[in-house]
Amino acid sequence: MIYLPRNPIYMKNILIVEDSSMTRSMIRAVVEELDDVEIVEAVSGFDALKQLPQREFNLIITDINMPDINGLELINFVKKDARYKDIPMIIVSTEKSEEDKKRGMSIGANAYVTKPFKPEQLQEKVNALLKP
Amino acid sequence: MRGSDKEFIAEAEDLIESAVNTLLGIQEQPVKEIDPDAVNGLFRVMHTLKGLSGLYGYQGLTDISHALESLLDDIRLGKAELSEEVFAFLFKYIDVIRSIVNGFKDKKQKKIDASQNLAEIEAFRESMKAAGSGESLKGKLPDELLKVLSEYEEHRLKTNIKDGKNIYVVRTVFNLLDFDVKLKDLTAAIKALGELISTMPTSEGVPDGSLGFHLLIGSSKPIDDFRKSTGCDVETLYSPAQAEPARAEEAAAESIEGSLKTSASTVRVDIQKLDRILNTIGGINMTKEAIDSIWDELSEEYGHTPALIDLYRVAQTLDRKLAELQGQVLEIRMVPVAQIFSRLGQVVRRYSRKVNKKIDIELYGEETEIDKFLAEEIIDALVHIVRNSIDHGLEPSDERVKAGKKEAGKIRLRAMQRGNNVVIEVSDDGRGIRPERIIEKAVEKNLIEPDAQLTLREVYDLMFLPGFSTKESVSEVSGRGVGLDIVRDKAASLGGFVEVSSKVGDGTKFSLTLPITLAIVRSLLVKSGDERFAVPLSSMSETVTVDKSAINSIEGRRFFNLRGDVVPLVFLRELFDIPGPQPDHSFAAIVGYGDRKIGLIADELLVQHDIVIKSVSEYLEGTKGIAGAAEIGRHEVILVLDVEAIIEESLTKKAQATV
Repeated sequence: MIYLPRNPIYMKNILIVEDSSMTRSMIRAVVEELDDVEIVEAVSGFDALKQLPQREFNLIITDINMPDINGLELINFVKKDARYKDIPMIIVSTEKSEEDKKRGMSIGANAYVTKPFKPEQLQEKVNALLKP
Repeated sequence: MRGSDKEFIAEAEDLIESAVNTLLGIQEQPVKEIDPDAVNGLFRVMHTLKGLSGLYGYQGLTDISHALESLLDDIRLGKAELSEEVFAFLFKYIDVIRSIVNGFKDKKQKKIDASQNLAEIEAFRESMKAAGSGESLKGKLPDELLKVLSEYEEHRLKTNIKDGKNIYVVRTVFNLLDFDVKLKDLTAAIKALGELISTMPTSEGVPDGSLGFHLLIGSSKPIDDFRKSTGCDVETLYSPAQAEPARAEEAAAESIEGSLKTSASTVRVDIQKLDRILNTIGGINMTKEAIDSIWDELSEEYGHTPALIDLYRVAQTLDRKLAELQGQVLEIRMVPVAQIFSRLGQVVRRYSRKVNKKIDIELYGEETEIDKFLAEEIIDALVHIVRNSIDHGLEPSDERVKAGKKEAGKIRLRAMQRGNNVVIEVSDDGRGIRPERIIEKAVEKNLIEPDAQLTLREVYDLMFLPGFSTKESVSEVSGRGVGLDIVRDKAASLGGFVEVSSKVGDGTKFSLTLPITLAIVRSLLVKSGDERFAVPLSSMSETVTVDKSAINSIEGRRFFNLRGDVVPLVFLRELFDIPGPQPDHSFAAIVGYGDRKIGLIADELLVQHDIVIKSVSEYLEGTKGIAGAAEIGRHEVILVLDVEAIIEESLTKKAQATV
């Protein structure tokens, strides 16, 4: 049963790709505080590949270290696909993945945030990338 | 101890257990042939423990698991070698963690001083640092590919090359709908022959609706083995000058063994699997009842012989153990209401900012437990109620101050268990509901006649009618064209109901009552004609006999007198078109509460039964008054009554009759 009308035209669709449910809901909570955002969660890289064609995303926030395919492989996929290449991407990962984040930026990610982060840090980046 | 802390300790214990098992598995292998997946698994376990203890506020434990995670990260990336010394160190620290977690069980203290442990781990990590495999891959493999690899994948690639393995790439295209299933099979085939280093999706040169994958593999097996086993296009990216065939064979055999060992972590169970267990328990229950009836027969024929008395005892034990098992399975499905509350808290924070109202939240009874399925199903309805309270209930700050209230409004979320139900309340200290305002609106919307005489309860009920909304303009928060009618429908579909109470000037309270679980419903079986139905006991207050002479008829509707209350009757025979006359002596199951009480008339009352409700097949779906079907006995299916819908139907008729 559908309750609330989904996704009016002015809503921004944001895909959160993160295998840890804890981190996922934390990111969700932080991003949800922003105006007019509609959030879709993907629990793995594969899940993200399935979600991508479902709607027009305005932003993707992804973890690096995940089972099946990792964040870098997802970024590479998105940035090389004509349909998706303009979707901005933010990497959210731990300080462990410093090197991986650099690699992510070099293949087309637009920003990164290091866990743990303050809500404003992520919100700022999201806002900046959602600007038309 | 709070419920959430118990939950933390249980999860932490699971993680420790899986860390020990993984470590034991790694230790059994010769150092040279350790399964990289297992080391990676251990790293992830520590990573999860760090996150978990951080979330629940166990600072010292967070620091220790963080330090160990760093050590494991070095090992995983080849910056430190695994040795007996490292094993001993890791085992020692898992014991340290275990005793810390045990300490949490009896102490309230969450913080521990970990500085000494941290220094020790750090010193050990420094001493273990070996020169990494620093060889550059540049020139050996295409740059395009290297750019996409993570640090860990790059390390695995280097290790494979160092060990003289071939590097292959397998290319394939799968349908978008089932690529994950197909890839799983392919991955298994590959892992039997070598190490899967990276899985790279691509859409280049791939038709719409499909996904391409490049799988990077390290193996000592010849390329033809991969072509045969995968049936895909395989290309060699790198191969050592000469690989000794005998050695390759041997290494491959070991790698098969290695890939069979997977790293364990927490077990997540599909709720459907739990349902299947419950079904099986239902089946065993039935067998148990058969044993009982055989016992009855035998004891009638032979009297209480010693063997029969023993059988009786055994049957009793079986009964008890079954109840225990059932309870344990149900427990797995339970989650604390805190999970729902944290989502609602976010909604309050977010919307209070949007509508510019200051709001304090109070939470009570977060540890109350509810079935996971119900928690997920009901959350949208609760979100709607909360939005409703913020938007319609709480006044703007200036209005509040004028009324002598605190500037910040209050939303109180409260959960409690009441018998087999969980009650979740959302209350505010806002302006309350003014009945005259509701009536005015309902008249305007043609929902009632202007001169209708309604009780307060009936007035509140108007708010739950489809298309009712008191705000003139569609507001951003709750007025999205969705009304409380949907909240009521949802609650009813889950076997629960919503109630409202309110005092003008003081605030409003919405109470949502839900069954604790939908998995097993204790029901009374009743019979009308040849048809049998199950009536959930949770909605039933009592059963009484009703003689034909005691039934009064007013304007085509029938009632009877229950200790001074006039209770409307619904005849199952009529509701479901069962042929034949109603016998003179019938039975009524009294269902519903307060003003919403009716009697369901059946010919006979049968037994009580634990049933597992399943949704009905398509052609019955939408049939009024049926909630689902349940299996009782061998392949015998019985319909379960949707009591809430029947009450609703009966009372609407009454309202039409009086208005």
